[in-house]
Amino acid sequence: MRNRALTIAPLLFAGCEGVQSALAPAGRDAERIANLFWAMVVGGGVVWLIVMAVAVYGARAKHEHSEKLAGRFILWGGVVFPTVTITALLIGGLALLPPTLDLGPDEPRLAVVGEQFWWRARYRQGDQWVEVANELHLPTGRRTAMTLESPDVIHAFWVPSLGGKVDTIPGRTNHIAYEPTRAGTYRGACTEYCGQAHALMAFHVVAEEPAAFETWLAHQAEPATEPTDAEATRGAALFLEHGCGACHAVRGTEAAGVIGPDLTHVGSRAHLGGVLPNDTASLVRFIREPEAIKPDVRMPAFTTLSDAETAAIAHYLEGLR
Amino acid sequence: MSPVSQGAPPETPRDPASTAETEESLWWLASAPLAWVLHLLATYLTAANYCAKAAEDASLTGVRLAIAGYTAVALLALVLLARRGWRRHRAGESLGPHDFDTRADRHRFLGFTLFLLSGAAILGVAFAALPAVFMETCR
Ligand code: HEC
Ligand SMILES: [Cu+2]
Repeated sequence: MRNRALTIAPLLFAGCEGVQSALAPAGRDAERIANLFWAMVVGGGVVWLIVMAVAVYGARAKHEHSEKLAGRFILWGGVVFPTVTITALLIGGLALLPPTLDLGPDEPRLAVVGEQFWWRARYRQGDQWVEVANELHLPTGRRTAMTLESPDVIHAFWVPSLGGKVDTIPGRTNHIAYEPTRAGTYRGACTEYCGQAHALMAFHVVAEEPAAFETWLAHQAEPATEPTDAEATRGAALFLEHGCGACHAVRGTEAAGVIGPDLTHVGSRAHLGGVLPNDTASLVRFIREPEAIKPDVRMPAFTTLSDAETAAIAHYLEGLR
Repeated sequence: MSPVSQGAPPETPRDPASTAETEESLWWLASAPLAWVLHLLATYLTAANYCAKAAEDASLTGVRLAIAGYTAVALLALVLLARRGWRRHRAGESLGPHDFDTRADRHRFLGFTLFLLSGAAILGVAFAALPAVFMETCR
C-alpha cells in the first residue's frame, strides 16, 4: 500500500511540469499568479485542518460548553475569521492586476490576432510589420506588450507558463504583456470556446535571449528562400497553380493571400497548425485532409492532387525555412 | 377535541406596544440587499458606460470618485439599517433565538435578520468597491 502510494505520488505532480503549466512559471506574471495560487492552497489547507480538528473535537467532546463560549466561537471563527481571510485574499488578488496590466513605456510591438482556429501575429520591425503564425518568439528579461484582436468570434490568449489570460474580442483591442524569465518553448491555448476545433487552437512561444530573438525576427522579415532543387521548384509552381496563394502568403512570390497563415518561413516552425510536429507527413495531411486535423477548419481539402504533387508541395514548404 | 392548545398563545403582558409588526414590516428585510444591489448597479453602469465611450487607456479618476461617493452613501445607509435592526433585536429582555410565536419575538427576529443582512450587504458593497482602489485606467 505504502509502496503504491510512493509510485503514484510523482505521477500526480508530473502534471505540474511541462510546457503548459501555470505551476511551472517561466515568466514574471506567471510567477505572481503561481504565488497567489500556492498561498490559497496552503491557506485553504490550514483552514481545512482547523475545521476537521474542530469537527473531531465536537464529535468526541463529552462535557457541555457554556452558551457564551459557543456564541463567541461562532462570532470569531464563523464571521470575523472568514471575513478577514476573504478580504485579504481579494486584496492580494486585486493587487496583482496593476503589475499584470503594466505594458511598459513603449507602444506594443506585437499584434496578436486569434482566428478560427489559428493565431496570426505581427511584429513591428522598424517601420514595417512582419507577419508570422502559430509560433511567437519573445525575448527573455524584457516586457513585451501585445495587442489582442479577433476578426470572427471571441477567443482567449493564454500561455500558462508565462502569464495571464485575456480575451480577443471582435471590434475591440485588448492588451497583455509577458515577461519571460526562463528560455524555453511554451505552449499556449485558446481558452474561450470558439468552434469545433477550439481545443486544437494551440500555439507555441519560444522565449530566448534578446540577441537570438532579434536574429529570428530579422530572418522572419526576409522574403522566402528560392527553391533549391527540382522537386521544390515543381512544388512552388503547383502551390501557385492550385490557388494556395489565394489564402496564403509566401513573401517574395506571387502568393499574397491574407486569409490563412503566412507560409513564408513555415519550414522554420517546430509545429504545424499549432498541434502537429512540422514534418513531411503533417504537411501532406494538412493539404489532403485539414478537416481531419481540425474539424470545421477554414481550409479546403485538396483531394484531387496526386501523391506526387502533394509530396512536391510539402517538400517545397519544408524548404521555406 | 382536545381542550388544550387551541388558538394563539397569550401575549406576554410586558410586550411594549411598539413591538406590533404590520405587514409592511417585512419590507425592511429587503432594504439591505436592495442597497447592495443599487450600489452594484450604479458602480457597474458608471464604469461600463464611461469606458465604452472613452479611450482604452483613459484615466478612471472620475469614475473612481463617483464609486467612492456611491460607496459612502451605501455604507451610511447600511450602517443605519444595521443599527435599526440591532435595536429591535435587543428590544425587551430576550437574547435567545427569537423563535416564540409572539409579537415581541417576531419583532426581535425581524430586527436580528435585518442586522445580519445589513452586515452581509456592507461586505458586498465594500468588496464591489475594492477594484476601484486598484484600477487606474479603463484597460
Ligand atoms: C480558402 C483558403 C485556403 C486555401 C485555398 C488554402 N489554405 Fe492552407 N490554410 C488556410 C487556413 C485558414 C489555415 C489555418 C488552419 C488552422 O490551423 O485553423 C491554413 C493552414 C495551412 C497550413 C498550416 C500552416 C501553419 O502555419 O501551421 C498549411 C501548411 C497550409 N495551409 C497549406 C496549404 C496549401 C499547400 C494549400 C494549397 C494546396 C492551401 N493551404 C490552400 C486556408 C487556406
Ligand atoms: Cu479560439
